[in-house]
Amino acid sequence: MLDWLQQFGRFWIDLAGSFGRSHIFLSRILLSIPSLVFRFSLVVKQLYASGVLTLSIILVSGLFVGMVLALQGYNTLVGFGAEESLGVVVALTLVRELGPVVSGLLFAGRAGSAMTAEIGLMKATEQLAGLEMMAVDPYKRIFAPRFLAGFIALPCLAAMFSAIGVLGGYLVGVEVLGVDDGAFWSQMKSAVNFVDDVVNGLIKALVFGFVVCWIAIFQGADCIPTSEGVSRATTRTVVYSSLAILGLDFLLTAVMFSV
Amino acid sequence: MTDSTSDNDRNTIVQSDSTVDATLAAAAVTAGAAVTTESTEQSSENLVEIRGLHFTRGRKPIFTGLDIDIPRGKITTIMGPSGTGKTTLLKIIGAQLKPRRGKVHFDGHNVHKLRRRKLFELRKRMGMLFQSGALLTDLTVFENVAFPLREHTELPDRLIRHLVLMRLHAVGLRGARDMKPAELSGGMSRRVALARALVLDPEIIMYDEPFTGQDPISMGVLVELISKMNQALGLTSVIVSHDIKEALSISDHVVIISDGKVVATGSPTRLAASDSPWVRQFLDGAADGPVPFQYAAPDYADDLLGS
Amino acid sequence: MQGRFIEILVGIFMLLFFVAMGILALRVSNLSSIGGNSGYEITAAFENIGGLKVRSAVSAGGVRVGRVSAIKYSSEDYNAVVTMKIDEEFSSFPIDTTASIYTAGLLGEQYIGLEPGADFEYLEAGHEIELTQSAVVLEKLIGQVVFSRSGEK
Ligand SMILES: Nc1ncnc2c1ncn2[C@@H]1O[C@H](COP(=O)(O)OP(=O)(O)OP(=O)(O)O)[C@@H](O)[C@H]1O
Ligand SMILES: [Mg+2]
Repeated sequence: MLDWLQQFGRFWIDLAGSFGRSHIFLSRILLSIPSLVFRFSLVVKQLYASGVLTLSIILVSGLFVGMVLALQGYNTLVGFGAEESLGVVVALTLVRELGPVVSGLLFAGRAGSAMTAEIGLMKATEQLAGLEMMAVDPYKRIFAPRFLAGFIALPCLAAMFSAIGVLGGYLVGVEVLGVDDGAFWSQMKSAVNFVDDVVNGLIKALVFGFVVCWIAIFQGADCIPTSEGVSRATTRTVVYSSLAILGLDFLLTAVMFSV
Repeated sequence: MTDSTSDNDRNTIVQSDSTVDATLAAAAVTAGAAVTTESTEQSSENLVEIRGLHFTRGRKPIFTGLDIDIPRGKITTIMGPSGTGKTTLLKIIGAQLKPRRGKVHFDGHNVHKLRRRKLFELRKRMGMLFQSGALLTDLTVFENVAFPLREHTELPDRLIRHLVLMRLHAVGLRGARDMKPAELSGGMSRRVALARALVLDPEIIMYDEPFTGQDPISMGVLVELISKMNQALGLTSVIVSHDIKEALSISDHVVIISDGKVVATGSPTRLAASDSPWVRQFLDGAADGPVPFQYAAPDYADDLLGS
Repeated sequence: MQGRFIEILVGIFMLLFFVAMGILALRVSNLSSIGGNSGYEITAAFENIGGLKVRSAVSAGGVRVGRVSAIKYSSEDYNAVVTMKIDEEFSSFPIDTTASIYTAGLLGEQYIGLEPGADFEYLEAGHEIELTQSAVVLEKLIGQVVFSRSGEK
């Protein structure tokens, strides 16, 4: 009983500890970002790792999600004789919700976990310690470029996801189900507002990118430097990021789209 | 290097690359004040001074009051049973780990009290060869060795190439420049790491087991390399090694640590002649003696009987 | 060289992002029709605007010509004052144009429909449309029907 209580206490103390550490960590990353102005090539390299390499999965998923939305939306709308509004349904769902959220989840699984594993292994193989001993600051050289690149990459990916999703919706809705081409686009256009819908969706993606990169890099740098520690940290990155994305999505939606 | 002579009975030779420190020291001396800058506290003979070091890992005490001097321009070998904390000691000197108590002075600076920026300046003057090599796995051998130069200098590519090939040649791996660290053997990657540690011309190099995993030929080359650099460049070297013969053959100063304390120190010849049971057991490799072969554990018989 | 290759790929990546933003801005949303705020604002007072909102459409003859940009309530004459922004290209609405609030479909969004009059003077920025017709509120309508039915008996 006492043992159990002790463990319970330790769990919360550890949690509070890592919560505090992660904030100190974040502030040090943010302070290191200005130094990247002179070393933008580092960021470009990480953009490749977290952006370009995630692109294919984003495009394929976006296309399919858009096609499914069109199918489902059509079946519902046709009952009200409102299938002309299919474009609106597809576009708004993608731009406001699915674009940022699904890209965020895919990003956490593809790029976030890779970041954690890479940094965790760098720690386990003493590469981070080696950098420090070479008087190279890992915050400036390793963490900040990854953070900034991920922060830039996710909104880009979310925009591409939405755009290709709309095209997928168009393919299914217009080419396959026979919704009127003109109505599809014109209704969409008059219902989707650039600032309120598109830009707000991208702001969501920006927030998700920030949080996912923070979690991923912190988990990597904070992991126990063994194979088991790295594997656990990677799992934690995916789980925490997904939870954070879904929770934040609710908050942001409530703030942005509530009338 | 600045010499500022005075009638002060403490040591008065200030060795410092930093003009600020030098001027400060000079000012302090001319003012005749009781205030001494950190630099003047430092004996010029010792590049690194460790005083009263206490360090624990979790509940396990690693060091309990360690005092070590590492003389400037000399080769110091640190020996001790596996798991006594030799690697830990090097990391403490490099300020990667903070001791619970005690001070580490590097050229007059308390490394654990420095601001981050100052500490990084100081680390440019240190080279460390990690036990594992710690090469950056996404860069080629060449780029690994070039890395400190690219990070800290604005040298043109041609010069960097020159400097890097020179170091790689010295460790016999010029031909391996385009390989990735994953393609190297353990001994090779350690030699690449050595080349990298040397490339910035540091004042002190700490070698964590440089000879392990080397064949007799490269071992001989490394031994010669270390002692030559020491003589030619006036480099201070700290070697952690279990290869007693090789280490003793080149070192000027030997420190044996066990159980968190220094148990013996002196020149190799003095230690070889010593009859202290610690030294004898270690140098002769005897199983019985004051140094336990077993990591602290309950009685073997009790353990087996499961009581 | 590998570094060069990565740079090119990242360049393509960013290019794709701009293409996607282009699609989202010009094809999917109405950024092009807002067109940098060029247009003129006119107002109209309604007794009841129903479910009209800011950014609801303003159309004439079924073509969208502008958007509602602000809705206020005037406590002087107990009216809802709707400000709408009409796109520049539709600059010739006669001054006796009627503004009515309609519903798209049975339960759809509400919008303002403009029916041009016959005057030779045109509406300009700041003008007010005098002839307005309020929204049809479904509950009221049902109430009326029920009332008149019960009256017939
Ligand atoms: N990260 C760590 N967490 C907890 N204890 C550690 C950690 N790293 C090392 N230790 C402990 O510290 C002690 C000293 O370790 P260290 O690596 O310094 O030994 P060493 O003298 O270098 O040994 P070797 O000669 O085998 O390399 C060991 O007993 C080890 O159990
Ligand atoms: Mg060791």
